[in-house]
Amino acid sequence: MTDALLTLSGLSKAYPGVRANDDISFSVGRGEIHALLGENGAGKSTLVKTIYGLVQPDSGSMVLDGQPYNPAEPREARARGVAMVFQHFSLFDALSVAENVALGMENPPGLRALSDRIAEVSRSYGLPLDPARTVGGLSAGERQRVEILRCLLQEPRLLIMDEPTSVLTPQEVEVLFRTLRQLREEGVSILYISHKLGEIRAFCEAATILRQGRVVGTCDPRETEPRAMAEQMVGASFAAPSGAAREPGAPVLALRGLSAPAPQAFGTPLREIEVTVHAGEILGIGGVAGNGQDELTAALSGEMTVAPDMVSLKGTEIGRMGPNARRALGLCAAPEERMGHAAAPDMSLTENAMLTGAQRRGLVHRGFLRWGAARDFASAVIDRFDVRTPGPGTAARALSGGNLQKFVIGREILQAPECLVVNQPTWGVDAAAAAVIRQALIDLAQEGAAVVVISQDLDELMEIADRFCALNEGRLSAPRPMRGLTLEEIGLMLGGAHDLKEAG
Amino acid sequence: MIRLERRREPSRGWALATPFIAVLLTMLAGGLLFAALGKDPVEAIRTIFWDPLFGPYAGYSRPQLLVKAAPLILIATGLSLGFRAGIWNIGAEGQYIVGAICAAAVALAAYPAESVLLFPAMVLAGALGGLLWGLIPGVLRVRFGANEVLTSLMLVYVAEALLAAMALGLLRNPEGRGFPGSRNLAQYPSAANLEILPGSGMHWGVVAALIAVVAAQVIFARHQLGYRIRLTGAAPRAAVFAGVRPGLLVLVCMGFSGALAGLAGMFEVAGPAGRLSIDFGAGYGFTAIIVAFLGRLNPFGILAAGLLMALTYIGGELAQMQLALPVAAIQIFQGMLLFFLLGIDVLTAYRPRIGKARA
Repeated sequence: MTDALLTLSGLSKAYPGVRANDDISFSVGRGEIHALLGENGAGKSTLVKTIYGLVQPDSGSMVLDGQPYNPAEPREARARGVAMVFQHFSLFDALSVAENVALGMENPPGLRALSDRIAEVSRSYGLPLDPARTVGGLSAGERQRVEILRCLLQEPRLLIMDEPTSVLTPQEVEVLFRTLRQLREEGVSILYISHKLGEIRAFCEAATILRQGRVVGTCDPRETEPRAMAEQMVGASFAAPSGAAREPGAPVLALRGLSAPAPQAFGTPLREIEVTVHAGEILGIGGVAGNGQDELTAALSGEMTVAPDMVSLKGTEIGRMGPNARRALGLCAAPEERMGHAAAPDMSLTENAMLTGAQRRGLVHRGFLRWGAARDFASAVIDRFDVRTPGPGTAARALSGGNLQKFVIGREILQAPECLVVNQPTWGVDAAAAAVIRQALIDLAQEGAAVVVISQDLDELMEIADRFCALNEGRLSAPRPMRGLTLEEIGLMLGGAHDLKEAG
Repeated sequence: MIRLERRREPSRGWALATPFIAVLLTMLAGGLLFAALGKDPVEAIRTIFWDPLFGPYAGYSRPQLLVKAAPLILIATGLSLGFRAGIWNIGAEGQYIVGAICAAAVALAAYPAESVLLFPAMVLAGALGGLLWGLIPGVLRVRFGANEVLTSLMLVYVAEALLAAMALGLLRNPEGRGFPGSRNLAQYPSAANLEILPGSGMHWGVVAALIAVVAAQVIFARHQLGYRIRLTGAAPRAAVFAGVRPGLLVLVCMGFSGALAGLAGMFEVAGPAGRLSIDFGAGYGFTAIIVAFLGRLNPFGILAAGLLMALTYIGGELAQMQLALPVAAIQIFQGMLLFFLLGIDVLTAYRPRIGKARA
């Protein structure tokens, strides 16, 4: 390893009630791809925000290139050669690529000169991008390229990347990795944040593992067992979900030519979706964000109604029915967004139990609410799914992401649905909670329910799904057995119509 | 520098304390205002808050408290249903007027026949008139996406024009020697909304207001409709997921609040006001918005807030007469109440931190 570019010593940052970073020390070498590993809430975000000048540490110091480094704001960090690609893009849909890049620069050159620079840099790094295109029409992978290009134009020496692959297809991930390796060859250091152990093993040279705000280990990921790293992240060993092979039973949910116009301006229309889900089966639906996942979930949950025969449950045509009528027949759903969609943040868990449980758990009698029964139901979910909370009276907002997700999924599972549709069941959830949720989904299928898991996490689908299909621009590919599918085949199914050819 | 930090859960203590602090601050700031106008602030505050109940003329002003509070409470209770769901009916004043017109029209059509059925028919007509007037902005929003704040407010002015047309035309008292205004319904036994207990100010509108408060409390606490209203206000997407049809809810809330405002208009025109006149609309529909928020959109809170607001009305009139305070000063004083309430309200969801900002 070469000498250090950035050295952190004893960085601490406390927020009310939580020590986000506690005495963190490590260093990133020149031309090194350094992984920062940890569960959600381990303090990764606070740490990189400190390095990028968005957060001021309570104590500790940083040295960049032999000089003391204590950026008061991101502009200062950028001036010192530190650039960052955020997990959530900050781009304007209505502006072109070049205009978006110009907005993020201190002294942008003229638009034409900038466009030439963008074209040149994108060619030399194998990131095909037309500077004149409007960002609103770009895929998630292309949007990320805009962010990366914005950083590259500043010729950074340290590039921070926050969960960059969460929105990419495997092929797009390959393109990204090639770019990052090329940057390393040029001497740029990369601080790479992720919790995907596979990709970290593939190309990081050093890794620092955080847990509860502290450094709990450093290792060379190329020589360390993924399982050992995972256990360090979680701080305990946990069982991978397991289940005996299931025999698919009778058809439960059938989609016949399911089509629907986009409900909002930037939504995706659903196009001619055909699939049948059987009892005891988990159908995995993969796809890159924004390809119709939300719309498909809404069409299944009943929030968006379609022609009656497009959706049927055990032979009953339910396309025209609203959410509660579908629940009464045994179709339950859990949408992606926990806060404000699957649950009302300011309401108590009891009230949130009422939200979907009213029908099947008999929480309503002649229009009047049975709060006692709702509280019992909420308590049952809390107990059965190990939701960490003081009690059912707590507001949903006060729960951590993983705990609220366990509550949301548990609430549906305890209604004993005949068919359950979940969208991104473990998104932003810590590994232990994710394992609980996946096991619960497997158990539900084993009890004979048909389960549809819509997810952008391919590892998750490979772990629990029996059959796999891909959602691309509102179209669903024909399902194929999960077992035996290679990552490359999956990538091709996902990428469908995406343009993946590289420039140059 | 003072910063605001979001609380993990809204503070219950602050939610309860806010109205009281707002009233106190209003008294303080109002006192300063009155002092600046050259009046004795202590005397002015006492005239507004104390004299109507216990002063030398309390015998006259005390019954007025219920007379003024009843329409405020009735309207504000209806408004709170929609407000909790984020449906902003600002046009209760118009629904109040139309309710009164409809009720008066029924009574005047029957005049001078006497029947026990007339009063219930007027109640029905008043509620129906307000309901339909409230449904207009509701339908416009559901059908065309028109903002109900604007449409309901604009319909107030339509209702006022309608009132003037009725008072001068169709419903004018034929024996009124050309003066604008209808016959006096208070002198028409079958139609009159008289005091139930003489000297108390307690008329049927007060009874209706109390029933509405209790019913609203039951709806919010125990009924599916109240839950759906609260859910829609707290998380609209979650409400749709829970099976709420947002358009239907808009119609229900606009219709409900319109009907209660129309009822208030009916009780007013048949009792305290007695007749339809050009200046029948006294601003109850607008003041009720303040009452609804002052009462924290909670039925019993609205009950208390309605009484308090009625008190400032009566006390304000007293202060105008006895201390020669300008009417604008009284209105500013009432406006301050809402201003301080909304200002302090921030503290239920946020915690103030004093100190240098840390990123």
